[in-house]
Amino acid sequence: MFKMEKNTPIKPVETQQKQLYHIKVNINGVDYEHDVEARLLLVHYIRDVVGLTGTHIGCDTSNCGACTVIFNGKSVKSCTMFAVQANGAKILTIEGLSKNGELHPIQRAFWENHALQCGYCTPGFIMQAYWLLKENPNPKEEEIRKGISGNLCRCTGYQNIVKAIMQAAKELRSK
Amino acid sequence: MIPRNFIYFSPSSEKEALELLNEYKSDARILAGGMSLIPLMKMRLVSPSYLIDINKVESLSYIKEEKNRLRIGALTRYYEIEKSSTLKKLLPIMNEAATWVGDPQVRNMGTIGGSLSHADPSGDFGSVILALNGQIITSSLNGQRTIKADDFFVDSFTTALNANEMLKEIVIDLPEGMNGGAYVKLERKAGDFAIVAVAAQLSIDSKGNCNYAGIGLTSVGPTNLKAKKAESFLLGKQLNERTIDETAEIAASEARPIDDPLRGSAEYKRAMVKVLTKRALNLALKRARGV
Ligand SMILES: Cc1cc2nc3c(=O)[nH]c(=O)nc-3n(C[C@H](O)[C@H](O)[C@H](O)COP(=O)(O)OP(=O)(O)OC[C@H]3O[C@@H](n4cnc5c(N)ncnc54)[C@H](O)[C@@H]3O)c2cc1C
Ligand code: FES
Ligand code: FES
Repeated sequence: MFKMEKNTPIKPVETQQKQLYHIKVNINGVDYEHDVEARLLLVHYIRDVVGLTGTHIGCDTSNCGACTVIFNGKSVKSCTMFAVQANGAKILTIEGLSKNGELHPIQRAFWENHALQCGYCTPGFIMQAYWLLKENPNPKEEEIRKGISGNLCRCTGYQNIVKAIMQAAKELRSK
Repeated sequence: MIPRNFIYFSPSSEKEALELLNEYKSDARILAGGMSLIPLMKMRLVSPSYLIDINKVESLSYIKEEKNRLRIGALTRYYEIEKSSTLKKLLPIMNEAATWVGDPQVRNMGTIGGSLSHADPSGDFGSVILALNGQIITSSLNGQRTIKADDFFVDSFTTALNANEMLKEIVIDLPEGMNGGAYVKLERKAGDFAIVAVAAQLSIDSKGNCNYAGIGLTSVGPTNLKAKKAESFLLGKQLNERTIDETAEIAASEARPIDDPLRGSAEYKRAMVKVLTKRALNLALKRARGV
């Protein structure tokens, strides 16, 4: 029988040295600098390294849009991008929308129209709506539905989300 | 899901990207929009040792009109194709096809060069470029090559690109005279890959005879297919209900669909090729006539 010697020192397994990359990213107006692995996904960077957990991971397969953030002015799925790609980028997440403790009109419209139930999908929908209304400040209902086709909600049935985006559009136009 | 680790490069010029590609060849992958590559890496179906991110090579992103030709840079995103006024004026089938790809977030990142290089038989742009008889310009340290779209797609997820080459641009001869195109897609749900989709591009002369016919089929073969028999059947003929019906029948016979549990039986898909080819040709004809 094999007998373990007492106090056999455990040797570290030879590993490939971890190569790290220094990135500078501006998120919601704040500059961050970190050393990250190339394979670190942007959503994990935002949530686990920077600590902004408002951006959610739903499917992790580029389908649900829960991880949507605004990346250099465009809405993207942050689970399908590497943090190293964000070097030098400006990112806006759900945490960056409210100003001086006041909800952003899109956030308020979601609240007032009961556009969320469990709320898991909400940050993604709101960020996508934010981009959509920047692109098209006066969307028709059908354009809203197409615009949010990359976001899934398993609770609301979408009706109230569409209503909320309509209301927010009206409000933002009058500003 | 976390991919295997890799060495990351972010070249700022095409030359630098080509040097890296030349050094690491098949151990390296180009990263464009990442909309196909990153999901594959996360599932560890693809694990390149080196990633050459071309997103900072802005010189690869353009839509340029030249004498009778259009040049589209590999890094041009679906979003830019969808919005392009140059394309709306010259080749609106491109704008139309772009609106059918995935969802807005995917279109904000995904590129035409990535789509063609990925060579997914259910990708939408392969069929469009086949219908337009486009040419693919590749580049490497050894220079450039011009490959006809029809020769570019070798097999599923396999192209004529060599390991040290990248797709640089797509060149399309602009249609002349009365012309129109359409991209018609059948999908299970918004933003999904096609069950079947058809790209059709037509030109007609003053007598109403067809002098250009391009038909590309999506999701019904090992690659995007060019329905060559259908195209040559239509050429020189009057476009009417009968000829369009027959063309669609021929296109359906050229399709090579397979049964799949998600998107239907081969028989169903073949029937849909006929329906969609008819729809696409009718729409293209309407647009060519300007009605
Ligand atoms: C949710 C979702 C839905 C989608 N729906 C559709 C759809 O309905 N229709 C559709 O057509 N597609 C769809 N796609 C795929 C999408 O079109 C991808 O954008 C496209 O297939 C790849 O383009 P990319 O720029 O993202 O390339 P990447 O993912 O970066 O690269 C794809 C492959 O091409 C190679 N490559 C990229 N650029 C070059 C180049 N210039 N030269 C040489 N090689 C290169 C890469 O190395 C990689 O192997 C969908 C994707 C997602 C995530
Ligand atoms: S978590 Fe990114 S799309 Fe679902
Ligand atoms: S509110 Fe629950 S998933 Fe949308």
